[in-house]
Amino acid sequence: MHHVPLLHVLIVSTALFFIGMYGMFTRRNLITLLMSLELMLNSVNINLAAFQRYLYPQQTDGIFLSLFIIIIAAAEAAIAIAIIIHLYRTYHSVDVEDATELKY
Amino acid sequence: MMPASAIAFYVLSAFLLITALLSVTGRQIFRSAIWLLFSLLSVAAIYFWLDLNLLAAVQIVVYVGGIVVLIIFSVFLTKGSGQELPALRKQRRFLSFCAIVGSFAFTSWCLYRYGFQITAPNAEAVDVKTLGKKMLSVEAGGYALPFEMASILLLAAMVACIAIAMKIPASKTNQKNN
Repeated sequence: MHHVPLLHVLIVSTALFFIGMYGMFTRRNLITLLMSLELMLNSVNINLAAFQRYLYPQQTDGIFLSLFIIIIAAAEAAIAIAIIIHLYRTYHSVDVEDATELKY
Repeated sequence: MMPASAIAFYVLSAFLLITALLSVTGRQIFRSAIWLLFSLLSVAAIYFWLDLNLLAAVQIVVYVGGIVVLIIFSVFLTKGSGQELPALRKQRRFLSFCAIVGSFAFTSWCLYRYGFQITAPNAEAVDVKTLGKKMLSVEAGGYALPFEMASILLLAAMVACIAIAMKIPASKTNQKNN
């Protein structure tokens, strides 16, 4: 890793973040939206890990931040899937366009 | 001639970006989930490349073993695992593509302008033993409190999942409709 500048790692994680954002913009299915969200969270984790490893190799804060992001992502995915199952039971579809009851 | 570790990084990141793109653009949900699995695995490989072994192990256990399996379950529980998603209108796809490329170019330009002139350090990565001690330490710089908060959060999430996904008895739904 001594020959790869930090900039390249950051650009890879930026690209991953915007790929996830493209999914958020174009998808209309709740499960695929959740998948795009996971990609975005992963890009943030790569960022934190790279900063920790390149700038402060003796510190541990970057690793712990990434670990807690992974924990929260797990909780969030579980709740999202419970919501998806319930939504499917109510509307017989997981499309965000079909669930508009809360819309003003 | 590039050294082997640099080649490994570029190959890994190319694989990561291609699989992420396939999982975001695929028309079949189940295939998208499988591509997502591969991209999460290559994120774990990037952690290994950065010498962050604990993070890579947690990534594989939680993401690849947990979240992707949950997603695949929910694909099978809702209908349409084999169906294709409806195609988007071309205009919408084009507009979001332009927005994404523009903001990616702007962000990369900002990063480039900032100029992280960092040569990677020769220092060894922190070993897992230190990390484990720090995670449960209650002294300054320890992470015992966020660790306990995370366990409470997971418990609350579990209870919330059961509460949300519980089936409402038929008598109650009838009352609601009346």
